[in-house]
Amino acid sequence: MLIPFFFMLREGGMKTSITELLTLLEALKRGVAGQSVDDFYFLARAALVKDETELDRFDRIFGAYFKGIEDTLDDLFQDIPEEWLRRQAELNLSEEERAKIEALGGFDELMQALRERLEEQDDRHEGGRKWIGTAGTSPFGAYGYNPEGVRIGQAGSGNRSAVKVWDKRQYRNLDDSIELGTRNIKVALRRLRKFAREGAADQLDLPDTIDKTARNAGLLDIRMVPERHNAVKVLLCLDIGGSMDDHVRICEELFSAARTEFKHLEYFYFHNFIYEAMWKDNRRRHSEKTPTADITHKYGADYKLVFVGDATMSPYEIVYPGGSVEHWNEEPGAVWIKRLLNTYSKAIWLNPEPQSRWDYTPSIKLTQELMEDRMYPLTLAGLDEGIKALA
Amino acid sequence: MSQRFDGTSSYIATDDLKMAVNAAVTLERPILVKGEPGTGKTQLAIEVATALGKPLHEWHIKSTTKAQQGLYEYDAVARLRDSQLGDDRVHDIANYIVRGKIWDAFASDEQPVLLIDEIDKADIEFPNDLLRELDRMEFFVYETQQLVTAVHRPIIVITSNNEKELPDAFLRRCFFHYIRFPDKETMTSIVDVHFPKLKRELLSEALNAFYKVRDVPGLKKKPSTSELLDWIKLLLAEDIPPEVLRGDDKRKAIPPLYGALLKNEQDVHLFERLVFLDRQSGSR
Repeated sequence: MLIPFFFMLREGGMKTSITELLTLLEALKRGVAGQSVDDFYFLARAALVKDETELDRFDRIFGAYFKGIEDTLDDLFQDIPEEWLRRQAELNLSEEERAKIEALGGFDELMQALRERLEEQDDRHEGGRKWIGTAGTSPFGAYGYNPEGVRIGQAGSGNRSAVKVWDKRQYRNLDDSIELGTRNIKVALRRLRKFAREGAADQLDLPDTIDKTARNAGLLDIRMVPERHNAVKVLLCLDIGGSMDDHVRICEELFSAARTEFKHLEYFYFHNFIYEAMWKDNRRRHSEKTPTADITHKYGADYKLVFVGDATMSPYEIVYPGGSVEHWNEEPGAVWIKRLLNTYSKAIWLNPEPQSRWDYTPSIKLTQELMEDRMYPLTLAGLDEGIKALA
Repeated sequence: MSQRFDGTSSYIATDDLKMAVNAAVTLERPILVKGEPGTGKTQLAIEVATALGKPLHEWHIKSTTKAQQGLYEYDAVARLRDSQLGDDRVHDIANYIVRGKIWDAFASDEQPVLLIDEIDKADIEFPNDLLRELDRMEFFVYETQQLVTAVHRPIIVITSNNEKELPDAFLRRCFFHYIRFPDKETMTSIVDVHFPKLKRELLSEALNAFYKVRDVPGLKKKPSTSELLDWIKLLLAEDIPPEVLRGDDKRKAIPPLYGALLKNEQDVHLFERLVFLDRQSGSR
């Protein structure tokens, strides 16, 4: 029972395990869910889905399976990005179409009409969406695809029919398949931890207490030590803007993961390459700069230096004075990175560009050489290797 | 079959939430509840305990909480001190074992509800350290060589704010429910429960204004159910007539006392700016 459904979930890319299936079956046997499909759907969801980002995917697979439609599976992976559709909808709406919407009695009427039309279709929601999508010139096409995919069925929520609950796809905007989850990054970063005792003495030092008590002829002499803290210090320099825009998200994740893992974490931004100054607040990058020389003076040599950048630029930006795309730099970037590396012996460069492309980009090769080969791809494996090099 | 949870007079539970709770109660497995802050995650455990008439044990997790603290702690310092004073208690190590919240729940005479609140606040390995305890509902006390087994498997409600991701092995053992932000209909019944004598008109205008504020793009912290309830309390205290809340008039688009809804300075600025722009375009 339910085995085909289970495999369909797996095929659909969900990480449902046998334990969870057995839990669901046990719950069914114990009569947790009544006879209604709605109950079964709620129960299956609570037992099989463990992450709100997967709820939407589950809804789609559930809908597909219990409607007996198998082919929508392919569709799961080729979803049209919402943003794109929304923008298209706004762009494509001509004066004429606006008039049509008005003629139909404004948006509310329009949505109502749309809903009715959807229900007339024999095909399920999935197909319906396409139908609306391709009819791009009609007012339905332009605005009909509601970005949340929700409101289409919303008006009838009082007496919702069974199928609609999952067909509404309420969790759609939570679905964001993160390849490199922050948990993974954090686990990798934990390797960097180095514990040291600092601060107030608030923990009992048992060996020392025993030792001192023994020397004290058995009279208790309690010894305290400070709690162990993670004492690793990290200086994080992130490339921002330009070619890095594609990688912003992955960097943000790394950054948010890094932030909670270390007590001393200082971060600076740069654009393309390191020159005489970096900044902390990207919005005020032109007014509030920190000279790179000050950074090396302020943060001691025990800091570990991590660059994150794609190092993809014109080689002139690295080797020539005045090579920077943003300002006139007196000294080339190569000189500045050398200075940083002289101060901080533990340094790595994480590169979000795929490693296979490194050899074809002269600026990456150049940076590799400057970093003495301590450049690692921004993947879990690369992060692992990099952290090893830092430790 | 055991008791069923159907919400309480002060807590509105949606059908899917009831199902998840009932599955967890029947199968005696933990239930993990996630959702936006202020949607009543912690409240759920309290209400489940009330509805089923069971004792509640609360364990609030902080960033420094260790899994072991939930089970028991061995107070070595107290024992050392007693040995110096020649106290007789010192001969029995069991005197220095301090029970944690999980032990309390395991030892309870009737089936208790155990709330593990904000599990994501603790160290990233914290949930892994509790796998066996939550699965088998037993643990071993090394100091006294004693195996503690749950008398009645407690109903465990775990809440998370998604600050850290939880390990898969842990998730497999739980039922899961994501509390979605309530729609207008559910919200009406929630407000009804808290303010039974509220005028219909005021309520519907307040909800309209509330959802409008929630729809403002780019808010750092969207107002949630608990903020709405606070706001309505203020509106009642100030005796504000429903007409004031009606946002159709562009010049009066700012809802009164909106400080209760927006908790973030930047959000307030953003909101005021948007309203200002709105007014300008309205007066043209």
